[in-house]
Amino acid sequence: MVDSVFLALSVLTIGSAIVALEIRSLIYGSIALMLTLSGVAGFFLLLDAPFVAMFQLSVYVGSIAVLILFTVMLVRRELIFNKVEDKRRRYAGIGLMVVLMLGIGTIIIGSGLKTMDTNSAAVDYKKIGEDFLTYYSPALIVMALILASSIVGAMTLARREDVIDDQRAD
Amino acid sequence: MTNGLIDFILVSVALLAIGIYGIAVKRNAIRMLFGIEMIINSANLNLVAFSRYIPNSQGQTLALFSIAIAAAEVAVGLALVIVAYRMYRNIDIADFRSLKG
Repeated sequence: MVDSVFLALSVLTIGSAIVALEIRSLIYGSIALMLTLSGVAGFFLLLDAPFVAMFQLSVYVGSIAVLILFTVMLVRRELIFNKVEDKRRRYAGIGLMVVLMLGIGTIIIGSGLKTMDTNSAAVDYKKIGEDFLTYYSPALIVMALILASSIVGAMTLARREDVIDDQRAD
Repeated sequence: MTNGLIDFILVSVALLAIGIYGIAVKRNAIRMLFGIEMIINSANLNLVAFSRYIPNSQGQTLALFSIAIAAAEVAVGLALVIVAYRMYRNIDIADFRSLKG
């Protein structure tokens, strides 16, 4: 059966995911999303994947959540607390969520995964580093190019042209 | 290990369902991004859980790639939100309708 650390982590992750979507203020919502992402990092630690957990902490909690916080702060104040939604659509969404949880949950519990357990040692993280530098090195380069191009694209999208025109006029 | 594979997968299913609820119901563009993040994280949790119980290292490698791509996706998504906010002075997706035929 599950141990107490797992229970605490799952309550933290799922509870703060619900809070992130339902709380009125977007700022508290993004802080709750940060908690969700840290909870997933804790699951990675439980799964003996410390490298992925640290990557998750540095990329998600360190950069993405801070990026979201800054974007929220760029938006007008009324919009942060504004919460318009359809009542009927909301109930339909909750129904969809429950149906998905129960449906996929029963399928998974009924499948053969229940008996799957392991006694073998965890994968060494040095193996991942070796894989990255040998077999996956072309993919690593492509990933770096995708990251660089997406950051350039984001900067081009978010640029304000009127400011640049002002500077040229000087 | 005391925790079975199925426990991790059930947590991941719950996170997936909450993320889909967020995308389907919320009209705030930033909150929809929250939902997308949750779905990506549930997929990563699945990958790492299977890689622990099979066991091999490829699941973890794929999870690392997936995290990096998600970072790129969020950067572009937030830039789009900022552009849309500048055009419409609002982040309600029901107002973004200039592409509607």
